[in-house]
Amino acid sequence: MKPFLSIDNLTQRFPDGTGGELTVFENASFGVEKGEFVVILGHSGCGKSTIMNILAGLAEPTSGVVTMDGYEVRGPSLDRGVVFQNYSLLPWLSTLKNVTFGVAARHPEWSRAEVAAHATKFLAMVGLEGDVIHRKPSQLSGGMRQRVSIARAFANHPKLLLLDEPFGALDALTRGTIQDELLKIWGQMEQTVFMITHDIDEAILLADRILLMTNGPFARVAESVEITIPRPRNRTEIIEHPNYYAIRNHLVQFLGKRSKEMSGQPTEAGKTNRPVPVRIDKSEPADDPEDRRPALSAVNG
Amino acid sequence: MEKLSENKRAALLSVLLLLVGLFVWELSIPAQKAVGELTEYELLTGGGQPKAGVPPPSQVLAKAWEQLSNPFYDAGPNDKGIGIQIGYSIYRVLTGYFLAALIAIPLGFLIGMSRVAYKALNPFIQVLRPISPLAWMPLALFIIQDSEASAIFVIFICSIWPMLINTAFGVAAVREDWVNVARTHELGAVKTAFTVILPAAAPTIVTGMRISIGIAWLVIVAAEMLVGGTGIGYYVWNEWNNLDLTSVIFSILMIGVVGMLLDAMFGFLQRRVTYIE
Repeated sequence: MKPFLSIDNLTQRFPDGTGGELTVFENASFGVEKGEFVVILGHSGCGKSTIMNILAGLAEPTSGVVTMDGYEVRGPSLDRGVVFQNYSLLPWLSTLKNVTFGVAARHPEWSRAEVAAHATKFLAMVGLEGDVIHRKPSQLSGGMRQRVSIARAFANHPKLLLLDEPFGALDALTRGTIQDELLKIWGQMEQTVFMITHDIDEAILLADRILLMTNGPFARVAESVEITIPRPRNRTEIIEHPNYYAIRNHLVQFLGKRSKEMSGQPTEAGKTNRPVPVRIDKSEPADDPEDRRPALSAVNG
Repeated sequence: MEKLSENKRAALLSVLLLLVGLFVWELSIPAQKAVGELTEYELLTGGGQPKAGVPPPSQVLAKAWEQLSNPFYDAGPNDKGIGIQIGYSIYRVLTGYFLAALIAIPLGFLIGMSRVAYKALNPFIQVLRPISPLAWMPLALFIIQDSEASAIFVIFICSIWPMLINTAFGVAAVREDWVNVARTHELGAVKTAFTVILPAAAPTIVTGMRISIGIAWLVIVAAEMLVGGTGIGYYVWNEWNNLDLTSVIFSILMIGVVGMLLDAMFGFLQRRVTYIE
């Protein structure tokens, strides 16, 4: 049984400018289940954004296939909504018009009033109500702009929502509030989400599963770490959970050390790079996470 | 004393400068002596005849009053009201200008969207653009065989370049992200062009249109001096031939006023389409 979103043997190579080729990643394979919130974590330049663009249909992989819901992904589609890091709101349209723009594209058969009502509802879900929705994006703060972008994406009910470092440009406090809002709206919608970030705490707070990427070139999705902290989560409470620091340490270890050690190794011919599942759970004493270490070191070579 | 706002002070200074300027101009024109004050010798050498000289502002103002109180009279080919003359000029400018816009904006879109089209057309644009529009006049007269249409052609050829180049530049500079927004919303090519690229490039396009209308208005005066018949440019030249400098100065001022109004219209349009990122 194939997962809802399946990425198989995805390879991306670019000309390196000196006549040779630069392999960003090779034979990357992983899946995302319906309703899952998956975060991909890795250093800059490892190809996270390239994977995102391929999933969005904005870029073509050198080789490999992405299938969603049984169909191959080709080109951009309304079924795959994207929230870009720089908000990508159209500056000449009001906040409301930026959302109706998307809704009208999704539901061309709806009347103007229906489109506006739907858009207003989703703006309210991210805390934008009243006069604010008639302002231009330039009159909004960065946090508010990203809220608009999130509302636009959710209002379209895409089968897959892609978030490309959505909070990267925001200050820490704003980021926290919007993360909470994202969790709230996600909880209501059972939306499948695939998100890029380099913020470890953000990843733990939001994700069901974190995919860890090694550094490029020849980057690979090395591990798939399950976040064994029950929902609903809350930023102040999750740090009390016994699994929080265990998971966090594992991620820090990976990003700080192993992501470098594992980089730059071409894949053997015909081999696919599937992430190794990792489950760290201190709350079940019988299952010692240290048991899983040998499996990991085997992967590391 | 209460301090006036910046705008009020500026307006006051403008009026003051105008008055001083007019006063100096008026004073610098030597008054003609009355016939009774002339010596016999002066009378014999024609000193009593009215002398052609630069008219004082009072005369220009009187002329303006006279012309503007009846701008649309038509007393034959050589004597038409200033309103009719300006009307002809505006008609030619707008016809040539809109024909140019009709070609420049779609073509600019194409050039802006496609790097190949840009590279292919760029050498032609670079060669044709610096040509003085009046240099086309003989060729236009020969080919079109009609002075009226030739004047319009000259306006067309001079206003096409800024619009073409600005449209191409504006379209090429549309942020990739906005195009991606259109793509992820499955907008078709036409819809993307109208709902994303056009509004995104509009400020640059309108800037080009504003430059073009300014150039067109500069060129029409010269073109009409050449083709003759009607129009404000012809009027200036005709009054020069009549040695009616009062009318010449008056029409120069009118050219300025109309040019300013045309520019203001596009300035207004520009403010409407400008957005802040």
